[in-house]
Amino acid sequence: MKTRRLDNYGKINRDKILSFSWDKKNYKGFEGDTLASALLANNIGIVGRSFKYHRPRGIFSSGVEESGALVTIGSKDRRDPNVRATTQELYNGLEASGQNAFPNVNFDLAGINNYLGRFFAAGFYYKTFMGIPPFEWGRGTTIWMFFEKFIRKAAGMGSASELPDPDSYEHAHDFCDLIVVGSGPAGVAAAIEAAEKKLDVILVEQDSLVGGDQLAENNFDNSQIKNQLENLGIKIMTRTTAFGLYDNCVVGLLERVTDHISTPNVNIPRQRFWTIRAKHIIVGAGAIERHIAFNNNDIPGVMTVNASKHYLNRYGVLTGKRIAIATNNDSVYETAQQLSEAGANVTVLDSRTNFEIETNKSFEIRKGYVPYNINGSKKIHSLDVSKSENMNKSETINCDQVLLSGGWSPAVHLLSHRGVRPKWDYSNACFLPSDSKENITMVGSSRGLWNKNDCIASGIAGTTDALNRLGISKTNYFFPKPGGWKNPIQPLYEVKYKKSRSKSFVDYQHDVTTDDVRLAYREGFISVEHLKRYTTLGMANDQGKMGNIIGLSLMAELLNKEIPEVGTTVFRPPYTPVSIGALSGRNVGKHFRPLRVTPMHQWNIDHGAKMIEVGLYQRPWYYPKENETLSDSYIREASTVRKTVGICDVTSLGKIAIQGPDSTEFLNRIYSNGFSKLQVGKARYGIMLRDDGIVMDDGTSWRLAENEYFMTTSTGEAAKVMSWLEELLQTRWTNLNVNVTSVSEQWAGVSVAGPKSREVLNNCVDDYLVITNNNLPFMGVTSTFLKGNIPCRIARISFSGELAFEVYVKSDFANTMMDLLWANAKKYDGCLYGLEALGALRVEKGHVAAAELDGRVTIDDAGLSKMASTKKSYIGSAMRKRGVLKNNDREILVGFFPTNLKETFNAGTIVCEKNNIKGQGIGRITSVTYSPELGHWIGLGFVKGGLDKWKDTNLVGADPVRNKQMNLKVVSPHMIDPKGERMYA
Amino acid sequence: MIRINCPYCGERDHSEFSYGGDATINYPSLDSSEKEWTEAIFFRKNIKGFQFETWHHSNGCRMWLVVERSTVTHEIKSVKPCHPNLQKVVENNK
Repeated sequence: MKTRRLDNYGKINRDKILSFSWDKKNYKGFEGDTLASALLANNIGIVGRSFKYHRPRGIFSSGVEESGALVTIGSKDRRDPNVRATTQELYNGLEASGQNAFPNVNFDLAGINNYLGRFFAAGFYYKTFMGIPPFEWGRGTTIWMFFEKFIRKAAGMGSASELPDPDSYEHAHDFCDLIVVGSGPAGVAAAIEAAEKKLDVILVEQDSLVGGDQLAENNFDNSQIKNQLENLGIKIMTRTTAFGLYDNCVVGLLERVTDHISTPNVNIPRQRFWTIRAKHIIVGAGAIERHIAFNNNDIPGVMTVNASKHYLNRYGVLTGKRIAIATNNDSVYETAQQLSEAGANVTVLDSRTNFEIETNKSFEIRKGYVPYNINGSKKIHSLDVSKSENMNKSETINCDQVLLSGGWSPAVHLLSHRGVRPKWDYSNACFLPSDSKENITMVGSSRGLWNKNDCIASGIAGTTDALNRLGISKTNYFFPKPGGWKNPIQPLYEVKYKKSRSKSFVDYQHDVTTDDVRLAYREGFISVEHLKRYTTLGMANDQGKMGNIIGLSLMAELLNKEIPEVGTTVFRPPYTPVSIGALSGRNVGKHFRPLRVTPMHQWNIDHGAKMIEVGLYQRPWYYPKENETLSDSYIREASTVRKTVGICDVTSLGKIAIQGPDSTEFLNRIYSNGFSKLQVGKARYGIMLRDDGIVMDDGTSWRLAENEYFMTTSTGEAAKVMSWLEELLQTRWTNLNVNVTSVSEQWAGVSVAGPKSREVLNNCVDDYLVITNNNLPFMGVTSTFLKGNIPCRIARISFSGELAFEVYVKSDFANTMMDLLWANAKKYDGCLYGLEALGALRVEKGHVAAAELDGRVTIDDAGLSKMASTKKSYIGSAMRKRGVLKNNDREILVGFFPTNLKETFNAGTIVCEKNNIKGQGIGRITSVTYSPELGHWIGLGFVKGGLDKWKDTNLVGADPVRNKQMNLKVVSPHMIDPKGERMYA
Repeated sequence: MIRINCPYCGERDHSEFSYGGDATINYPSLDSSEKEWTEAIFFRKNIKGFQFETWHHSNGCRMWLVVERSTVTHEIKSVKPCHPNLQKVVENNK
């Protein structure tokens, strides 16, 4: 096959030949090519199959608006679907393949859908498969979900790789005075003007080269512009798309760093996601040429006029030999002339009858003609044309290409992201941007300027506007008036086909035809938002960049209204697709979220700990010996604590230093129980409520001195409690002299628990007398020293229900403390215990934790009514018995035993009455464990009415998710040592 | 993205801050009635336009701030510390 490359055209580097593969066959292209230009040069016309009808599709454009040439790049874990061939730069070894076709795009078996087209109109699938006519068999969602699997497979796009993404992505940030989006004449003029006025400027260009549409000019040399910009200190970001504008002049950019390189450096990210904070934004995003709807307007070989100019002058590819150009405006004539000079036989059909245009007469102009129908299926054989006044086939033109220009749509997308609706301009038949109150200025053809000098003037005016708004200057300026063609455009959106079955495409990629729009109208979907969702017009990869206006005009015609009355849908970010990888950046794998470890993390691991994540923290889960399983291990650990002694890392608890003369008053207000009489050297367990009376958190506060407390919180609520205390002190109780400081990371803590715990500590502290039962009774606190002169804080606090101590040292001493304690615990056959054993011990004792205090539970529900002082007011006291919270059928904390003690159950089990097993039952089990002490499974949870109501009743635990059911007995939550004799020992 | 000009740290992304709530509420004293507390906690005006709201600079200086923000445009008119003493410090340093 002959190549279409012309020798004297294009700015590609012909010294550098690149080889690439298309559908597993090898081809050659040049440096500077896009995949699309290389495919065209190699005479490959069919590059895809359409979404629904599987019609062959070619390359429609030369840019981001592409809706035909969506291809898959790469293979295996680098398979990237739905890439626009028109923006993919060619590199050596690039692998590309067609999509949505079997076996390939040239011969696709599903092409039969094209002949069944009348069955596939908008809404077909939903109407049909949600109840199959004539008897509406299988009506309902189930049958739809059955069919949906097959439908999704048949209609579609490329498929993404299911393997982990091997590439890395990066988030980056920058600041500037002015960001200019688009490096066409307007954007460049704006950037230069601003840099000369000493503004710090970033210029963003989605293409690999600066220049914008000038890159399609045959004599354009962009190196001069680039040098000028660089010399002025402007930061030029090419291959970078401004995909969205956000509040306060924040711009989201996607930089494609290595997508154009065959073997990128592995240390460089594939893409960079930029957040730019600017003071002013100038958008010179250009305009997008529209097509025209007429029968078979999607046959490979159809293209926009401007795309053809790009391929000729930038890539040296003549896209056709006998070219028919259909238009309604002046913009095509320069291209027509250049194409004919390049050797093509060109005919221009202009829908207008009365206009003057200067040309070199090298091509034929047919005034008052419109395209009517394309003959051909995989390529264009000929074009039927019609006179514009009667819209009926009058003759046939032999051609191999049809270029279309139905007018230009300014790229108002970015402004639309800010909620600024564009306004319809009748004389230019397009939406123009409205003014924004924010610091955003539209320039160039994205404000409807069609000639270069106007664009340059608008760029300078745009920067003047920016300088004025930033308060740097006060200069008068004016923008050129929209337009700029010699003859006015004549609106032309559709040429109606007289025969019944037509395929006039409005939205190529989603196969939305003019008939679909009319069907939507007939069925009442007349608002643009309904039209969009019913037909999927504008919902494809290109987001309606080409087709939206045509769809709107058709609806306007059907409604007998004008386009602005019909309205337009809102464009939302992103302007072009952004990969999920770029959004997540480095926040993947281990870096998905911050990892917090305690200062004895490595010590724990060295001593055999298996770790578990609790919130962000890594905590020891269990310490298996030899072949122990999790349950072997935690049962052994929990029994050891009850029998002798165990050591557990509790550093992850939140720790807050509370200092100042009003500290006591402060604690008395935030805790539900009294703190005013807590002596120095004592700790107290306390419960905090929220304003609305629900339990927020529990913990202990230690009175270290008259005006100094040390507060511990639960691991999960630590940050929330800290913010809460700060909020109270800074917003509500501003007269209290209290300072709160988070010291969570400054202190390392362990619990030493079990009957032998005092003996272990005796060997570890400098002076054992400070921890005798007299000197350190239950809830006593002391500041003393561990052996080796290590300052520490010890409190006699028990979560396990045994005689126990919490020991805190400064984080740097954590490992020394662990070595010391562990060496002595071993002497008493002690153990290290993890979170699982800790849980077992506290469930046995009926102590509530996060599973119980889930934000729905009152202090009474948790069985802690005694902790609610009646002698004072505190946060939540007024609200804790409001409305439903005082109902007597509230779910109350209880313990559960399986009736058959050999049975097990899971947390999440729903508690029901016998013979009434349904819905949410009468309660739930929140925590379960095997109790080594009792020798069977036990649970904590809630049941309506509590222990008193159900203590002699057999209840049922329903666990439908795990397909389990068991009989239950309700018991007191304090399942071991209810009087607490061990703690006080 | 909203950018908040913290009086201590300078202009920062909103992702450094946590939203608090309505800054105009006078919380009743702790011994007030359930009715008064209900009013203070549950009843909120749904303002279209500028409203005063609290933000916590949780990933910064940890100051609680009163931010005057438009619920329509996110435009921020003023930012000041919640605590009157800190307000004075900020004023004096201007």
